[in-house]
Amino acid sequence: MLKDITLGQYFPGDTVVHRLDPRTKLLMVILYIVALFLCKGFVSYGVALAFLITAVVLSKIRPKALFKGLKPLLIIIIFTAVLNLFYTDGTVLVKFWIFKITREGIYNAFFLVLRIMLLVMGTFLLTYTTSPIALTDGLESLLSPLKKLHFPVHELAMMMSIALRFIPTLIEETDKIISAQKARGADFETGNIFRRAKALIPILVPLFVSAFRRADELATAMECRCYHGGKGRTKLKQLRYRRRDVFSLLLGVAVLAGIIVLRRFGL
Amino acid sequence: MAAIIEVQNLSHTYSIGTPFEHIAVDHISFTVEKGEFLGVIGHTGSGKSTLIQHLNGLLKPTEGDILLGGESIWKDKETTRAARFRVGLVFQYPEYQLFEETVYKDIAFGPKNMGLEDAEIRNRVLRAVGFVGLDEAILDKSPFDLSGGQKRRVAIAGVIAMEPEIVIFDEPTAGLDPAGCAALLDNIRAYQRATQATVLMVSHSMDDVASLADRLLVLNQGKVEMLGAPKEVFSHAARLTQIGLAVPQITALFLRLRELGIDVDPSTYSVEEAVHQLLLLKGGSADA
Repeated sequence: MLKDITLGQYFPGDTVVHRLDPRTKLLMVILYIVALFLCKGFVSYGVALAFLITAVVLSKIRPKALFKGLKPLLIIIIFTAVLNLFYTDGTVLVKFWIFKITREGIYNAFFLVLRIMLLVMGTFLLTYTTSPIALTDGLESLLSPLKKLHFPVHELAMMMSIALRFIPTLIEETDKIISAQKARGADFETGNIFRRAKALIPILVPLFVSAFRRADELATAMECRCYHGGKGRTKLKQLRYRRRDVFSLLLGVAVLAGIIVLRRFGL
Repeated sequence: MAAIIEVQNLSHTYSIGTPFEHIAVDHISFTVEKGEFLGVIGHTGSGKSTLIQHLNGLLKPTEGDILLGGESIWKDKETTRAARFRVGLVFQYPEYQLFEETVYKDIAFGPKNMGLEDAEIRNRVLRAVGFVGLDEAILDKSPFDLSGGQKRRVAIAGVIAMEPEIVIFDEPTAGLDPAGCAALLDNIRAYQRATQATVLMVSHSMDDVASLADRLLVLNQGKVEMLGAPKEVFSHAARLTQIGLAVPQITALFLRLRELGIDVDPSTYSVEEAVHQLLLLKGGSADA
């Protein structure tokens, strides 16, 4: 049950997209998101879509997996579409009771839905093709200029990787505690919302206790290995920009520039 | 004796339809007699934990059925819920399930879920505390202030307080020091004698189960490898070693004696019997 949730799931692979430097991928996603928000007409959305499709094809990620990521957002997408459909002023096409559908409304709804979908699928492609470790490494490296301002970049990245590392462990732990309390006759399925909320206490208390215990043990283990933060720390896997990273970034910048130009012409 | 649990052709497969599909229990059938002490042994991943979670309806069989007193526990919702109270399951490291403010409240959690009267709950909590060898003074303390061994006993008391007909212990002594181990096993034995409950105990330690169990169930890769009296099971020492299990230390010693040409019974597993045999041997050689 709990095991089925996908959170930043990574599909290992050995494609160009997988091999790209995580910093490149992060930057590309940023460029892509900015570009999406600047899109105005069919042509610019077409360019963004083509960009995404190219990346998906190169990454050999099944499109089904990407669409699965959209499922939890379905309600938001439908909500946005409906709101935009009915509440945009312009040339009225259909009118009934207090509702009216305008030509601009249809355009807006369509583009917004497309924008959300492209946005989500693009970011999912990033987590699908980049391992959590590589992702935090990349983030740490990208944010490293902030170190000058005494911003704890390394510590932040370390926290992120520890959090990601412990998600499956805590899920497993939760399953075990649920079973143990069920064995003592705990009932999580019946009763009104207050009873159900109260029924969570026997799960949450042991879970928090064990999370704190784990954190404590991990801290001790790290100290035993002389961990003292980011200063002077070297990495097992050094991040290095290669030719493919330069090409990809150039492509990303080109797409963004192209969309800005298209925007000028209202396309 | 009558069968209290009947496991019929039970199978359980995890993550069906995914690449992680895995058969944990593979068409198992056996019965547990009322009032017996059954030891369940098997290598890591042999399906022990999966099997015992079926016995009180926590896991639903992929195939097969579990009968409790002749009735399927999956007949309807009530029988499944009743099975939770008739079969008490003490998980591995049960101290991680403690959550209440006081030890008393924690032990009372199970009986309370059964819908018992306050007076009856109080009786049961006191009895349970006695069985696990804890002092009543502990009842008002927070369970989080206790030592590891005490926490374990509180957690076990929490299951015993439901006074189930069958109690299943999953590795009850894991992580305890030798003295704590021995004391806890004594408590379990005394509990069984006093209540005539049926007890199942999962363990890695052959010495532990050998000294307590009437019968042993040996699991290997989700199947029943052997089922019988300890003496019978330990006579297959070679096969046990092959599936990654050891024989009790005394059995190992007697096997070695046998190899050296000394005429002893190699399936001996208790200290008393070992002493008896060695005395016989000594008496025999003194006569010659």
